[in-house]
Amino acid sequence: MNYLSWLFDPSKWVGPDAVLPARLLEHIGYSALVLLISIVIAVPLGAWIGHTGRGGTIVVGLSNGMRALPTLGLVVLLTLPFGTGLTGPLIALTLLAVPAVLAGTYSGVRNVDRAVVDAAKGMGMRDLAVLGRVELPNALPLIFGGIRSATLQVIATATIAAFVGLGGLGRPIFDGLAQRDFPQTVAGAILVAVLAVVADLGLAGLQRLVVSPGLHVAPPTARSRTARLFRRPDAAVEPA
Amino acid sequence: MTWVLENINEILGYLVQHLYFSIPPVVIGLLLAVLLGWAATLNSTLRTVLTNTAGLLYTVPSIALFVLLPPILGVQIRSQLVVYVALTIYTLALLVRTVADGLTAVPGGVVNAATSIGYGGVRRFVEVELPLAVPVIVAGVRVATASTVSLVTVAPLVGFSNLGTLFTAGFQRDIPESVIAGIVLVLLLALVLDRIIVFGGRLLTPWADAGATRAVKAAT
Repeated sequence: MNYLSWLFDPSKWVGPDAVLPARLLEHIGYSALVLLISIVIAVPLGAWIGHTGRGGTIVVGLSNGMRALPTLGLVVLLTLPFGTGLTGPLIALTLLAVPAVLAGTYSGVRNVDRAVVDAAKGMGMRDLAVLGRVELPNALPLIFGGIRSATLQVIATATIAAFVGLGGLGRPIFDGLAQRDFPQTVAGAILVAVLAVVADLGLAGLQRLVVSPGLHVAPPTARSRTARLFRRPDAAVEPA
Repeated sequence: MTWVLENINEILGYLVQHLYFSIPPVVIGLLLAVLLGWAATLNSTLRTVLTNTAGLLYTVPSIALFVLLPPILGVQIRSQLVVYVALTIYTLALLVRTVADGLTAVPGGVVNAATSIGYGGVRRFVEVELPLAVPVIVAGVRVATASTVSLVTVAPLVGFSNLGTLFTAGFQRDIPESVIAGIVLVLLLALVLDRIIVFGGRLLTPWADAGATRAVKAAT
């Protein structure tokens, strides 16, 4: 049996039977929508918590607790009351993405060198200017770390959510398993793995463009401070 | 609650299955990570290759790994081995960097002192460097265990029963109690295993507690 026959079958890509482009676009669509909502919620909230220092323990506790939370369980639990539509899975995906972005933003803002913040205040910057022009730009590497973890989490969980009727690349995986059509399953799995890797690399590239060159210091080593800055907040990184 | 009591035997069976799926990957992943992490500290090229590969493997969603591994391993599509290998890969990917970081953080003076009183490579690693890296490694094992316990729940989608079956069956039969019971039990299991790891870590680093007590006494 040729496992790759489905993936490289041209009729699955163009023409009346073309399902793969639609599934891919669905998957990207769900993921982008969920990430956008999560960023809109979590970045301002995380920035505020990091800036004031109030509620930090809750953020850390939340993102630690999320590690053990089974994503499939959450998706199913939220789908049952809403019926098989988009609402349940999308709320579940957002709930899973928010803590990662929140933790990244919070720890990014919190870890900005106090001397830099004091200097900004000493120059006469007001609270919002300190946050917007000093703390957030300095926090960008960790904020990106949070967004990248959230992206991987969402792409992976959106696949699993095909179990409760969501479209996307989980569809060929589950349909293939149900029909014992293994090449179809492999096509979905390869595409979702590639999508995850490409999305992560894309965000890494964007991070390079957006983060101030002043923060691109030397290749990170285990002991340097910059290594800690560049590393993703582990609290949130996990496959799903 | 009534639902849970009525189905207690089935649920306990799933719990045991869950343990069978969770513990071997973490243990084997940790052993491999210690070996590879040690190798990584000796060779910087290897270190770069390992950390990059680990990062890449970590981005692959678990359901994709579950279905892509059979052709790669050359085993049956619905073979339990696949679940074990996939989860071991995730543990290894997470821990190899943690172990390397923990070993790198061992103070150079201590390593030099050990060398100068005659400790050779392997003995110095086992008796000096590894014990001093235990706190960092324990932190990594806690993360790996929590995420493994949670990831195992994806296995029912490819046909293996465990606590995750409470989600799939609960969805198919529309029983919210089943789903809630599953989530609570997975979280409890993760919590219990976490406590055990923390306790084990303390047993392995008796000096850490002694140091803390001394610091407290000095402060007061």
